[in-house]
Amino acid sequence: MMQKENVESQSNSVPLQGLGILSISIQHAMHTSDGKKMLEVNTQIMPHELLCLFGHSGAGKTTILRILAGLTKPDKGRIVFGDTVWFDSEKKINLPPQQRNVGFMFQDYALFPNMSIEKNIRFAQKEKDEAEVEKLLLLFDLAELRHRKPGQLSGGQKQRVALARALAAKPSVLMLDEPLSALDCEMRAALQHEIRKAHQLLKTITLMVSHDKYEIIKLSTSVMVLRNGTVEKCGKAEEIFGTASHHNGVHKTACMNLCVH
Amino acid sequence: MGMMDQDFIDTLLLTGKLAGWTTAILFVIGFPIAYLLAYRRFPLKSFVEALISMPMVLPPTVLGFYMLMAYSPQGGLGNFLQRMFDVRLAFSFGGVLIASVIFSMPFMIQPLQNGLTAIPKSLREASYTLGKSEFTTFVRVLIPNMIPSIITAVAMTFAHCIGEFGVIIMVGGNIPGETRVASIAIYDEVQAMNYQTANQYSLVLFLISLVILTVIFSINKRKITII
Repeated sequence: MMQKENVESQSNSVPLQGLGILSISIQHAMHTSDGKKMLEVNTQIMPHELLCLFGHSGAGKTTILRILAGLTKPDKGRIVFGDTVWFDSEKKINLPPQQRNVGFMFQDYALFPNMSIEKNIRFAQKEKDEAEVEKLLLLFDLAELRHRKPGQLSGGQKQRVALARALAAKPSVLMLDEPLSALDCEMRAALQHEIRKAHQLLKTITLMVSHDKYEIIKLSTSVMVLRNGTVEKCGKAEEIFGTASHHNGVHKTACMNLCVH
Repeated sequence: MGMMDQDFIDTLLLTGKLAGWTTAILFVIGFPIAYLLAYRRFPLKSFVEALISMPMVLPPTVLGFYMLMAYSPQGGLGNFLQRMFDVRLAFSFGGVLIASVIFSMPFMIQPLQNGLTAIPKSLREASYTLGKSEFTTFVRVLIPNMIPSIITAVAMTFAHCIGEFGVIIMVGGNIPGETRVASIAIYDEVQAMNYQTANQYSLVLFLISLVILTVIFSINKRKITII
């Protein structure tokens, strides 16, 4: 109860809805190649939101995902999901990743090389559900590759497996670190569609690192623009980047056309 | 001649028994140590690593000398064991085994530690985010992805044990059926001018070591071509 009240007191503008609000208030010193930078984020992510993190490399996008997943411990602050405190530096609470129920898709995919595609997905399940495995294999067009090992897949195929595996755990928060960067245009468009579909289906908060403005406009419900560790802007993609046509001038290529439709 | 053969076989069996036990014990205690060294930060870590690696640079006689001092009934450990359990470590198989475990430690721990460090961190992290405990991750993700390192560690330890001489002669002496392993027997037979028997032992050790090292090299080559 105490924790619930705290969440409520922090959110003046938005009332508490069910269990799903992720409220983040953290400070963390990042040691990057160009020196020490302070990462400072204070925000609330609503249930059903698909938030894209956008910014230069070294801005802190991946670090935010890692902190939320419990893989990196922030120096100070508080992270609350629903009525569960994930992290509180004052109360010395720091839930390990195992207890946060997040799905994390790593930039290097982190597929288990010893397991087949099918087994990678099955390993992620908290309860055995063969029908669900089949569904994911079909959804991500992996049925024919099911018995292959990750070492026998292309970059794009690996990304699809990584996404399927992250979803197989039925996470309450899904984090995707540049999930579509290695895909060709067609596959990229198809997977953007899948991510949107999965997000609508699971209704989980999704955080996604992306460098592609078109992708962000197409998928996100909101964007957070990071610069050197601080949140520069936050809002709807259209408000921040303008409409897609705005940017067509410089970046337009055959590929972009295909991805944006 | 029949007696000679039995003696020959007994000595080789004792050699195998010592190497087998040393390897088994080191596998069990070496894996957790390698895990801590690979993934945890703690004070004096470099010192601990240096201590474990000491047998690679020290003359075996140095360790053998200190072990013998510790084992002696006048020494603290030897005295304690003698009084409490009536166990004598000096010039016994048990004493040689303990010395052998300590002396072969780096040959087990270093390959395991290298194998663990070579596994991308994200594999462990992915397993944790999927709700798997550190132990489950160790058994189902880490071990299956470091099989070549495990084989190398086990084979290196076994081979090194078979080749050990200095520590055993210091701590165990030359007691048939108790501490007289093949390497000691070779020395002993040469002293007695039995070159024929010395040659038999030498040939067996040479061939076993060659086979083990060939296995290690072929496994490590295969690892490289897979990745």
